[in-house]
Amino acid sequence: MVSKADRYKAGVLKYKEMGYWVAGYEPKETDVIAVFRITPQEGVDPEEAAAAVAGESSTATWTVVWTDRLTACENYRAKAYEVQPVPGIEGQYFAWIAYDLALFEEGSIANLTASIIGNVFSFKPLKAARLEDMRFPVAYVKTFKGPPTGIVVERERLDKYGRPLLGATVKPKLGLSGKNYGRVVYEALLGGLDFTKDDENINSQPFMHWRDRFLFCMEAVQKAQAASGEVKGHYLNVTAGTMEEMYKRAEFARDLGSCIVMVDLVVGWTAIQSMSNWARDNDMILHMHRAGHGTYTRQKSHGVSFRVIAKWLRLAGVDHLHAGTAVGKLEGDPMTVQGYYNVCRDSYTHKDLARGIFFDQDWAELRKVMPVASGGIHAGQMHQLIDLFGDDVVLQFGGGTIGHPMGIQAGATANRVALEVIVLARNEGRDIRNEGPEILATAARSCKPLEAALKTWKDVTFNYASTDTSDFVPQVSVA
Amino acid sequence: MRITQGTFSFLPDLTDEQIARQVEHALAQGWAVSVEYTDDPHPRNVYWEMWGMPMFDLADPAGVLAEIRACRAAHPECYVKLNAFDSTRGFETMRLSFMVHRPRQEARFRLRREEGAGRLVHYTLERA
Repeated sequence: MVSKADRYKAGVLKYKEMGYWVAGYEPKETDVIAVFRITPQEGVDPEEAAAAVAGESSTATWTVVWTDRLTACENYRAKAYEVQPVPGIEGQYFAWIAYDLALFEEGSIANLTASIIGNVFSFKPLKAARLEDMRFPVAYVKTFKGPPTGIVVERERLDKYGRPLLGATVKPKLGLSGKNYGRVVYEALLGGLDFTKDDENINSQPFMHWRDRFLFCMEAVQKAQAASGEVKGHYLNVTAGTMEEMYKRAEFARDLGSCIVMVDLVVGWTAIQSMSNWARDNDMILHMHRAGHGTYTRQKSHGVSFRVIAKWLRLAGVDHLHAGTAVGKLEGDPMTVQGYYNVCRDSYTHKDLARGIFFDQDWAELRKVMPVASGGIHAGQMHQLIDLFGDDVVLQFGGGTIGHPMGIQAGATANRVALEVIVLARNEGRDIRNEGPEILATAARSCKPLEAALKTWKDVTFNYASTDTSDFVPQVSVA
Repeated sequence: MRITQGTFSFLPDLTDEQIARQVEHALAQGWAVSVEYTDDPHPRNVYWEMWGMPMFDLADPAGVLAEIRACRAAHPECYVKLNAFDSTRGFETMRLSFMVHRPRQEARFRLRREEGAGRLVHYTLERA
């Protein structure tokens, strides 16, 4: 470390010399910690690169400023304290950085993200950077209200226990009139689904204005409830151009008796937190569709890992979150996806490198988020899905319901029967992973819709290599 | 109509043998099992009548089966369900809940629509 007089002389210093690298620093219990994957430019020392990330995500600018000396600046500097090469990938390093709690406004994801990902991802000395994971101190977690409903209360409101919930997204996602759209909702719910869903880009288009959709969908939901004696829901997408418009739509959904509304991730962190507050005030479940996340979560070298997005969303306060299927059409290595599910559902998440989890995280009684598995899944995969994800998940079969050869109701029934028979067998102690196909085939003998579903989709799999996988080989201990 | 509340309502009614295996599973998890019944299966009716207390610290499913049979005999025209309650921190809620008896004549519901301004409708679910 250079002397104070030299440290603050006008000019340019290495970030390491400015105090953003503190080898062996022991993070305080109250520090926010981030681990970045960095790819320094040729010739840039990885420790200097890590220090630069710490600097640019906290107090630094490119040159020395004397006004630092008007502050207790050591507190405000983020501290890079460890760098490790990424196993098996030349030129990439994991960098651990600690931030003092004083850097962050309480209860604001916008403020947190402005610091942590505000600047550094465009920083020239790095070819690429990715935020892999974060640890939040309990003191900080407690400044957030978290999910307005949470898994436990959602189940108690719906009166549905002991099995995954079932959903489907209405298809085609664009073009249906309100009346035709509501028909799909009615058939799917009557056939046995718990929920149906608007897709991310259904807002208020010329072919179907939002009020029309809400009115027809709620007629469908209410009729299906009367016919089954079960609580049902349709995720009414209230995403709109302004907060005022979103509130207006959400209030209409409430007035029609909807138990759930949805927003897209693209509305932004502040809008999400506002909708979360609204949902709390109106006993509404808040469904989050992660529209757009693939632009920054998918590639391993650059962006923000979805496990970080999931942590931010749990703090911001959503009840449902699309978190991958592992077996469906969208990106997701099974272990990595299980890591996201754990972030959503744990009371305390333990460090688990094989699942991409770098830190222990105490969730401080924050409610749990219900993960949603959606995209290219069908009844024939029921045993795999339940084996991977357990009961606390919404399984969404869109094409796998609506594309059923005997119709939408039959498609829904096939999924519900498949679900219940696998849960029943699992509870009886059977090995569903291996015996699943046989259990489903036996059930199909007395359930025509299931028989047809298994026949139609029996060979459909999406076996492509995942891009976002753990860099750590599973070991007996990760300590 | 068939009321499809409960974990296994889309399967044929469970036999007592199948019920016993689910109870065994619940007890193995350390969940407390209880029996409830009602003649009002409205989806908003969350407080069914308790057939005694939840059976804490029970090891043998046979006792539960005896309670289910007794409840069915006393209330043949009611719905009877079996709940399994998990007191683990972070859950403290039901983990399994399914029907073990239905009346010969199932309940039916009718949707009452009260039309408001614009096309707004206030819906109420009533017993038909």
